[in-house]
Amino acid sequence: MHAHEPLVRVVRRGEVSLRHKLLVRSLAVFLALVADALFIFFITGLNPLSVYVTMFGGTFSTGMRFFWAMRDLASLLLIGIALAPAFRMRFWNIGAEGQVLAGSLATAAVMIYLGGVLPAPLLYLCMLLCALLAGALWGFIPAFFKARYNTNETLFTLMMNYVAIQIVAACVTIWRGKASSLGKLNIKSKAGWFPPLFGQRFAVNLIVAVVLMVLMYLYLRRSKQGYEIAVVGESVRTARYAGINVAAVIIRTMILSGALCGLTGFLIVGGRDQAISTSTAGGNGFTAITVAWLAKFNTFSMALISFLLIFLEKGAGEIASAYNLNDFIASIIEGIILFFILGSEFFLQYRLIFRSRQREEMI
Amino acid sequence: METAIELRHITKAFYKAVANSNVSMCVYRGEILSLLGENGSGKTTLMNILSGIYYPDSGEILINGKPVEIRSPRDASRYGIGMVHQHFKLVDVFSALENIALAMEKGSRYDLKNVRSKVEAILERYHFTLDLDAKVYEMSVSQKQTLEIVKVLFRGADILILDEPTAVLTPQETEHLFSVMRHMREDGKSIIIITHKLNEVMAISDRVAVLRKGTYIGDIATADATESLLTEMMVGQKVFLNIDRSQPVNPHLRLSIHNLSVTNEDGIEVLHNLSFEAFSGEILGIAGISGCGQKELLESIAGLQKADEHSTVVYYPDDDRDSTAEQILGKSPKEIRKLGIHLSFVPEDRLGMGLVGSMGMTENMMLKTYNEGHHLYTNVKDPRNLAEEIRRDLGVVTPSISTPVSFLSGGNVQKVLVGREISASPSVLMTAYAVRGLDINTSYTIYNLLNAQKEAGVAVIYVGEDLDVLLALCDRILVLCDGHCNGILNARITTKEEVGLLMTRLNTQNGGAGHARP
Repeated sequence: MHAHEPLVRVVRRGEVSLRHKLLVRSLAVFLALVADALFIFFITGLNPLSVYVTMFGGTFSTGMRFFWAMRDLASLLLIGIALAPAFRMRFWNIGAEGQVLAGSLATAAVMIYLGGVLPAPLLYLCMLLCALLAGALWGFIPAFFKARYNTNETLFTLMMNYVAIQIVAACVTIWRGKASSLGKLNIKSKAGWFPPLFGQRFAVNLIVAVVLMVLMYLYLRRSKQGYEIAVVGESVRTARYAGINVAAVIIRTMILSGALCGLTGFLIVGGRDQAISTSTAGGNGFTAITVAWLAKFNTFSMALISFLLIFLEKGAGEIASAYNLNDFIASIIEGIILFFILGSEFFLQYRLIFRSRQREEMI
Repeated sequence: METAIELRHITKAFYKAVANSNVSMCVYRGEILSLLGENGSGKTTLMNILSGIYYPDSGEILINGKPVEIRSPRDASRYGIGMVHQHFKLVDVFSALENIALAMEKGSRYDLKNVRSKVEAILERYHFTLDLDAKVYEMSVSQKQTLEIVKVLFRGADILILDEPTAVLTPQETEHLFSVMRHMREDGKSIIIITHKLNEVMAISDRVAVLRKGTYIGDIATADATESLLTEMMVGQKVFLNIDRSQPVNPHLRLSIHNLSVTNEDGIEVLHNLSFEAFSGEILGIAGISGCGQKELLESIAGLQKADEHSTVVYYPDDDRDSTAEQILGKSPKEIRKLGIHLSFVPEDRLGMGLVGSMGMTENMMLKTYNEGHHLYTNVKDPRNLAEEIRRDLGVVTPSISTPVSFLSGGNVQKVLVGREISASPSVLMTAYAVRGLDINTSYTIYNLLNAQKEAGVAVIYVGEDLDVLLALCDRILVLCDGHCNGILNARITTKEEVGLLMTRLNTQNGGAGHARP
């Protein structure tokens, strides 16, 4: 007779306690470090512990490094926050990269054409508004087609990225004229550059990120609109039953998500780069998807996860240069850690049940 | 006659609910067997066991006299059993031919030419009409069904199971299907057809087997059967239920539904000129085979379903008949609420429509009220109190009111939903299959809640499937048949047979069974 029960069954877990979550995640980090240690020792022949110390130094060895990590964290976290409402609604906005670029481009255009024309406060305001509008437009277009014609938002938002990249490339080509590159904008007048706080221009970015982290948390958890977003995300049928105008919620939420991406573009251009190129968003628009997902749309967790990703990235770079390894080895070390941490999510949601002995004997 | 399949003592339970209990039956070669039974009588479960989707808890299956093990649809196919499900399993973007080719045995060569010639032979042999190059998404429902049947035949099935094949067909398409079925029978195939429609049973089958509440009642040659005899076998003796039923006190008109017609996405008319009235202080039962318009009826009243043009649903707030009456059809749930009409609705799909599964009781309490007040933020205090109240009063078993409701058992989920809908002090309360899947105690809790609402002057509309409950709980019963109102009966004097017959046989003359008044 053949067995009826498979060897391993995957069963969904019910509620998981905070303690259990912490335990599983710590175990994942520990196992990741062990696996990495084996990899480091057997492949590169280095001492794993000293590699880990170097890795840690990538973010923490000097104050400046820590500042840089914080600067990059701000961009990543801001985009994660911008994606949170869309993802909460189960609207797969893969277009953050393009929405950030749209905001960056609008900011740069205002700096180029109005820098030195408008007084500083008005210039900042104008940059901000244009960035918000541009990002919102990039979010609105796929949302409109989703709400009206039920188009696939994943493909649509993804394609919008390439549209944005091409427009930025075209503008940069026009603006640089005969120069070999565009370089910093308004390099002489510094019009539109953020004023330094604590000696850093990007300090504004970090402050905005922290404020938005709190506001978005409250918006999603406590506001009426946040409630509507959650219901639409869970079931469109339930939303209609509750009297929610689903199309309006989809469009409104994506305008918000896009506008916040646009805001990020404004902050990156004004506060961090003072320049624009097709890599202004630098892939953060995609990395932020991981951030938003892993954090289950909790913006405070997003800060932690963004930090982890930045820490790993800086650490990998540091290892590569300190031990003269090639980039791939460092990326593998980074990847192993991510793999274990992502993998632990599976064990938080599901339980494995092995075929029991008795059952086997019965058969 | 030669026996094709024999089932011996088949029992299958899902958790505690027994779907099939000790069922033994035979299917002969070259016959059309109708499998008849009410909703939940276990027909589909039994057929799913034959087609390898479920494995029985006990009992055995013999094919051509030999005991066999059917563990998967692939096994079933190897033994020549093929099932056409109610919901088609086709790849939309593939052509008919490509879909059939998917049914090829593992390991055989993907040769469309060869498949085409084989399929064309099948089409000719049984007089099917099917365009093999049409894509599935371009096909009508009846063409998709034909494709499913051809697919099963291509796989070499000798025993075909058709699960309510006529539910999606027009009368002409049904006639065509029947002629194809007769051709297959002449070719020696055995066909099991699951249906609720007695006239079709009489028209197509050679023999009828009846299931009731999971047990096998018996079988009878169609030639010896009458519709009333079959109805009696199907519904059984009246079971006495201990539900208190008070006389409606001072009933007055609450809802007047006139000429309600609904056409679904496929262009099929699912409700046909339905007219009836619902009164305050009474429970109006809606009986009918599942899927003959109940869902569309309730959803159109609730503002969730688009109805045809001439339809009206008029709401009367009190005795005053005309001055304050409101036509509510075509208004959204929000607009209806804005008119001050408290319309509560317990939908059939509890977690997919009535509640948000991932949210706790508290957040589910505010599903319809979250937007009240002018604050930007939701009021959590009132819903939390309400959640605690319902948890206490209805005995909802949950670790906490913030536990996602999808983690609760079916009965507790229903208590949360019904509790919320009743707490809105409705003037109309509609429930769809309010006790489906619930144990006896919870069912009685629900009956008592509904009775209390009725006594408080609410117009209660109860869509149900258990005739005993409908007869014991309701004041009047509207019987739906194929989207038509097939009569409105006084629940106190009607019989199970009368309701059963109206459910399964459409009255052709208007208002044949008369209309009871409260």
